[in-house]
Amino acid sequence: MTVDTVKYAADNPDVEQPYRELGLKDDEYARIREILGRRPTSCELAMYSVMWSEHCSYKSSKVHLRKFGDLPAETHRGKLLAGIGENAGVVDVGEGYAVTFKVESHNHPSYVEPYQGAATGVGGIVRDILAMGARPVAVMDSLRFGPADAPDTHRVLPGVVAGVGGYGNCLGLPNVGGEVVFDPSYAGNPLVNALSVGVLRHEDLHLAKAAGVGNQVILYGAKTGGDGIGGVSVLASESFDAATGEGSGGPAKRPAVQVGDPFMEKLLIECTLELFAAGIVVGIQDLGGAGLSCATSELASAGEGGMRVWLDRVPLRDTSLAPEEILMSESQERMMAVVTPADVERFLAICAKWDVPATVIGEVDASGRLTVQWLGEVVVDVPPRTVAHEGPVYHRPLARPDWQDTLQADVPDTLARPRSGEDLRATLLRLASSPNLSDRSWVTDQYDRYVLGNTVLAQPDDAGMIRIAEDSSLGVALATDCNGRYAKLDPYAGTQLALAEAYRNVAVSGARPLAVTNCLNFGSPEDPAVMWQFEQATLGLADACRELGLPVTGGNVSFYNQTGDQAILPTPVVGVLGVIDDVRQRTPQGWRTPGAAIYLLGSTREELAGSEWAHVAHGHLGGLPPRVDLAAERQLADVLVDVARDGLVEAAHDLSDGGLAQALVEASLRAGFGARVSLPEDLDPFVALFSESSARAVVAVRPESEVAFTDLCATRGVPYASIGVVTESGESARLAFAGLFDVPLAELRAAWTSVLPALFEA
Amino acid sequence: MRIGVVTFPGSLDDRDAARAVRVAGGEAVALWHADTDLRSVDAVVLPGGFSYGDYLRAGAIARFAPIMTGIIAAARGGFPVLGICNGFQVLCESHLLPGALVRNDRRKFVCRDQRLRVEKTSTFWTSDYAAGQEIVIPIKNGEGGYVADDSTLDRLEGEGRVVVRYVGDNPNGSYRDIAGISNEAGNVVGLMPHPEHAVETLCGPTTDGLGFFTSILNRLVATS
Repeated sequence: MTVDTVKYAADNPDVEQPYRELGLKDDEYARIREILGRRPTSCELAMYSVMWSEHCSYKSSKVHLRKFGDLPAETHRGKLLAGIGENAGVVDVGEGYAVTFKVESHNHPSYVEPYQGAATGVGGIVRDILAMGARPVAVMDSLRFGPADAPDTHRVLPGVVAGVGGYGNCLGLPNVGGEVVFDPSYAGNPLVNALSVGVLRHEDLHLAKAAGVGNQVILYGAKTGGDGIGGVSVLASESFDAATGEGSGGPAKRPAVQVGDPFMEKLLIECTLELFAAGIVVGIQDLGGAGLSCATSELASAGEGGMRVWLDRVPLRDTSLAPEEILMSESQERMMAVVTPADVERFLAICAKWDVPATVIGEVDASGRLTVQWLGEVVVDVPPRTVAHEGPVYHRPLARPDWQDTLQADVPDTLARPRSGEDLRATLLRLASSPNLSDRSWVTDQYDRYVLGNTVLAQPDDAGMIRIAEDSSLGVALATDCNGRYAKLDPYAGTQLALAEAYRNVAVSGARPLAVTNCLNFGSPEDPAVMWQFEQATLGLADACRELGLPVTGGNVSFYNQTGDQAILPTPVVGVLGVIDDVRQRTPQGWRTPGAAIYLLGSTREELAGSEWAHVAHGHLGGLPPRVDLAAERQLADVLVDVARDGLVEAAHDLSDGGLAQALVEASLRAGFGARVSLPEDLDPFVALFSESSARAVVAVRPESEVAFTDLCATRGVPYASIGVVTESGESARLAFAGLFDVPLAELRAAWTSVLPALFEA
Repeated sequence: MRIGVVTFPGSLDDRDAARAVRVAGGEAVALWHADTDLRSVDAVVLPGGFSYGDYLRAGAIARFAPIMTGIIAAARGGFPVLGICNGFQVLCESHLLPGALVRNDRRKFVCRDQRLRVEKTSTFWTSDYAAGQEIVIPIKNGEGGYVADDSTLDRLEGEGRVVVRYVGDNPNGSYRDIAGISNEAGNVVGLMPHPEHAVETLCGPTTDGLGFFTSILNRLVATS
């Protein structure tokens, strides 16, 4: 097979190239030719096409994401140690520790091949965390599926859950939380957003750059195979051979979804941490999307010089791979490090100890260019920044959709509401046993939440909480949230509500919110309506982060989540990281002591548009989402953090989907204690139970703490109302609403827990 | 007292086992799969995880690790060994314990807080429990179904070698609800649930697992 070298490309400028099949537009291809002063070789074309893809270049989102970079890059604990643009943001949490966290989508692969798509989603985000110099300490998964009873959901969900679990469990990372949400808009477009968090000492921070002329570039981890090269095969099998008139001798088209090996990743983690500890890593980058193309160009681009790579040295699992495919391969469990020549031997010895293959495949030079050789011939010679950082930037047209007004005018006010105690009881049970609000144990019991021994809170708690080290009381809490229905009704407010909920969930656990990450899942950026949603979402998030004093430390964008012209609900998943000085002071979710008083914090308004009630009872979506009140969120969070520190509450749970009713159901079932509740008299009982007003929580307070607690709420201006008392556990435990109805916890538990097993156990 | 914890490639709960040893008052000593030196430890824990990825049968490759040669020989001579989860699988593959662990009957990984009954308290690892005591500790496995032929099961029960049994819902289809067993001498114990994850209330459901570690430490102190 002839190789398309730089020399050949220069001598044969008129060869037709399949850039359109690779997703490049005419003007993008023209720009590549202009940058290079000639046509690209097929290897160069492969690199540019994948690095300039939406996924890698953020070309449609970049102009909107800049807003996050304008936020102050600090938290109340100090300046960010690394921010947007690195593999993951790094936040100082005190005691010399830092935390890095990020969420990333693996939506499309998980639809094609649910198990491997989800598994490699976890693997990819964990390597991002590792590449910052951190030990990964936990994962979370934020999942969206089509209707719970749809046949395709039964194909996708079990595989996704098994994949998240199979990979994370085998890696030894506790899964401490996440979401599972069903909505028809995700049929054909499931969302698999994986989050990982890692812990490092400040001095252990590592960055992705190839510095120091003469330093060696080492590829280590799994061998390279044909995974994930998808469309790029067109180069090897069609264009070039066709162009040279030779037969198609290249490998057949390969599956576009990568296959994971969590055992190799576990070795890679331990091996990499030992390499960090040895102090012999100058720069490091994980290999994820766009494989070697991305790692080499990003490392070289961030360094001061250039890099040369001998591509034929890359250890292959499939020796028939063409150079274009090697550059593109998304084989998992690989890392690239830059090491001084003197340390290469030690580096290779540590890899050998962990049975991790490692090969010197290149070196840093002063050329200012990235050159790649294949069997002695130069097949790539490019300015690395043009590949990695100076891709196209689009100002896509955006337009508020014409249906937005109609949607917002379609308020839920006229929908039939339950009035009698009996009807309210039936509604509470119906919501608790709906797919979105029912018990998630069928999913989360497939995830190890105990491994590493530092899990303080895990789902179904409001936030996952991890002790930062065995010999410290310092901890971090994490929550991810998004209500896509709210975001559809108003993408600006909906995104702020997603942030507010995650922020509240972290505060409810007793941790002070510190920083934000996000995974913005939207339809096609070529649709002006979707682009408007996206712009509104980024504006909403940036504005709210500014008001709450939170930096955005990184994030991910996933576009093209749509079937035909039907986009998913805009789904800006927001992750909030919080810090708690003493994890022993965390607040659990469930009632624990009979006789404790139950308080409702915050203000309840009649806000049912986009609610779980409207969705479940009427299949209705219209109106405006609950009002955003960030000042109230902040006051509430301050109170929740302080009462945890001072030990004034023994349980707390945030109010969100399903309102007060669902919060009481969950807080009662968590540890099996009942409650006797008197709803506030100034509210219609239905509104009191099912409205989804934001900035609210319920807490349980022991009698001896009530005065101090209410004083604190009053001082901080947080509305509070005593609404009931915790009652006995055991067989006679009940959730009772004075004058309206009561439900035995046994009946409630049966309704709440049976849903997902009945759907997916068949 | 020095308790060794072996790390195989793919071991995951090794640090947790070491912590449990320390919480119980012992000295945890890291043992590396490729070494042959047992570093003068007084007992060994084979921890949970997915040794070598468990891509073959769980524990099937770990059993041939260099460190295991000495452990297997010593265990036959009365040296105390506790196998937790993957460690239990390794002990069965090593023929230090009879039977085998197979894929859960529900075909899914299961992680939950599991109620157990301690039935045998005369082993090296369970003497701090009361016979018949019920405890709750985490279980987390994909291949935790204990199987053996009827005569083996009859013999285990007849000789009182069922150390812990599942109470209530059997999580993985284990025959006769068996969660853990011992060898004849009681120095070798294997179980699927994870006592090392129930040694502090902060990060575990209970402290019910601590007894496994205090049992061996108390015994070692008494016999030293």
